Amino acid sequence: MILLENIEKTYGAGETATTVLQGINLKIEEGEFVAIMGPSGSGKSTLLNILGTLDVPSRGKYLFLDTEVGTLSQDQRALFRRHILGFIFQGYNLLKKTTSLENVEIPLIYQGLGVKTCKMMAYEALKKVGLEDRIFYEPGQLSGGQQQRVAIARAMVAHPKVLIADEPTGNLDTKRGHEIMELIATFNKQGITVIMVTHEEDIAAYASRTIYLRDGMIEKEVNRAS
Amino acid sequence: MLRNAFFQALREIRRNLMRSLLTAIGIVIGIASVIAMVNIGKGASKSITQSVEKLGSNTLYIMPGQQRGPGNRGAIEIPFKKKDLETLRSSLYALEAISPVENASMTIIYKDQNYRTNIRGVENDYLVAQNWNLQEGRAFDKSELRTGQNVCIVGQTVIKTLFAPSELILGKRIRLKNFSCEVIGILEAKGANTFGSDQDDILLVPFSLFQRRISGSDNIHLMIAAVKENIPLVEAKVQIERLLRERRRIDSANEDNFSVRSMTALIDTISEVTTILTIMLGAVAAISLVVGGIGIMNIMLVSVTERTREIGIRMAVGAMAKDILIQFLIESIVLSGLGGIVGVVLGVAISFGATLWLDIALVIDPAITMIALLFSMLIGIVFGIIPARKAANMNPIDALRYE
Ligand SMILES: Nc1ncnc2c1ncn2[C@@H]1O[C@H](COP(=O)(O)OP(=O)(O)OP(=O)(O)O)[C@@H](O)[C@H]1O
Ligand SMILES: [Mg+2]
Repeated sequence: MILLENIEKTYGAGETATTVLQGINLKIEEGEFVAIMGPSGSGKSTLLNILGTLDVPSRGKYLFLDTEVGTLSQDQRALFRRHILGFIFQGYNLLKKTTSLENVEIPLIYQGLGVKTCKMMAYEALKKVGLEDRIFYEPGQLSGGQQQRVAIARAMVAHPKVLIADEPTGNLDTKRGHEIMELIATFNKQGITVIMVTHEEDIAAYASRTIYLRDGMIEKEVNRAS
Repeated sequence: MLRNAFFQALREIRRNLMRSLLTAIGIVIGIASVIAMVNIGKGASKSITQSVEKLGSNTLYIMPGQQRGPGNRGAIEIPFKKKDLETLRSSLYALEAISPVENASMTIIYKDQNYRTNIRGVENDYLVAQNWNLQEGRAFDKSELRTGQNVCIVGQTVIKTLFAPSELILGKRIRLKNFSCEVIGILEAKGANTFGSDQDDILLVPFSLFQRRISGSDNIHLMIAAVKENIPLVEAKVQIERLLRERRRIDSANEDNFSVRSMTALIDTISEVTTILTIMLGAVAAISLVVGGIGIMNIMLVSVTERTREIGIRMAVGAMAKDILIQFLIESIVLSGLGGIVGVVLGVAISFGATLWLDIALVIDPAITMIALLFSMLIGIVFGIIPARKAANMNPIDALRYE
């Protein structure tokens, strides 16, 4: 489903130019659960952001199904994120002073759904992550694990094909981390492709394949027979 | 989407209530002053016009000398004589009534009461020209006017001051400095005029009596004429001017040494002045609106920067640049629009207060109210576009990474 060919990313120009990704080749099938690991600064987030079309590569080809993502306009990339992708970030990235329900609604609002449908679907999504009794809580009134579950509800509410998660458990203790991973694994079992960056082996263990990055290059890949 | 952006904007404003209020105050003041200025201006000129019309919009004032600006008469000032009055009255069909008028302020005495009032020498046509009726008694008769007999007609204020409530007034004698006169008529109440002076504080005597006993000369310094209803004021004015020029043998090379003026000219002058004032004050108000708009732009720029993270999140979940643009644009429109609504309410309240305080007509101009509201929203668009574009042009990843 996803095909990266010779993806390079360079920040800056001239003397100070630093190449963060140097020729990434990667193929991800539909329904896969891929973990990306590697030392700090190896380019994991950069790669994930390119996959999520939040960032654009300096060189190389990014194919999603038959679409060459590199040729899409900014608006088309927004639509791609709106309909195909869901995001989870390490820092949750919820809107402040905004209730869980309103946070989860946001992607639906951009889909142009009616007010009632938005509320219903947002409620269902929150129920799936076990937060139906916290729908009117604001992020400030929720624990880290709960905030991350709201973020997962927001990522999943519009039924994306691909879930992109950058260190989803990075801010959580082991127990909460595994709770979050259980949720993500459930979504993966329902057919959603998951691409996740993590630092922890036992979190990566949820994935069917782990890709090791070093200095912007793929060092090795490990398949986990499931 | 728009609906949602609207509610989102309201929420955002409520979230930063204090800041939003302070930001909108510029617009509130601007709109309120525009509304108040226009309404008060219109109310004032309406009141003035109304009371001037009550004085008689068909009235002409004929005076010797040329008025060249306020209180600055030309050098030659030859007063009129009785013959001028007679000629105007007999030869001009256009005139409904014409009367000489002369004023003096004097103390009058009745029994043991002293009272200073306005003594006015007139003929009966004065009452016609002023559209003033008698409440009781009669007007002067021919011989009283001709020979200046000692009779008078009194106004309501004079009556209230001098006579007991149930006292019979007609036939009583009122003493002036060097003569006394018998009350033959009582004027209807007329109230205060445009400039606030009490028109009922008056005692009318035959003009010839006034000349003989008070002014001691046969000069006439003012004639009031009422023009027939179906004849245009200007036409009557031209006829009077032509006749007087003839009588005074003024050739075409020379200016009139008299003037014929109407209250409509006064109305025009007043409305000209109020229009200029309204425009000037409106300009000041417009400047305050621009300042208010800049305030909105400033706070929206701050808000966009503060919410960079939020913009990144929205872009990550699929907001296009135009969605972000609309969101922030609507927010500034709602902010300035709310300021506009509050401003309209405040402006109407000020107009209302002013009408009570200044005793003028209450005019709420619906057009200016609508324009003010639309204009406040326009300010939201004009001054909101730069911050909104700044937000919309952000790069998703940079916005998300913003600390
Ligand atoms: N906007 C940028 N401008 C310049 N350099 C950047 C920029 N973003 C990232 N980099 C650099 O790219 C390199 C890779 O960054 P990236 O965030 O992908 O690392 P990472 O593998 O996710 O690390 P971590 O595990 O610490 O999150 C880093 O050296 C970083 O300094
Ligand atoms: Mg990272």
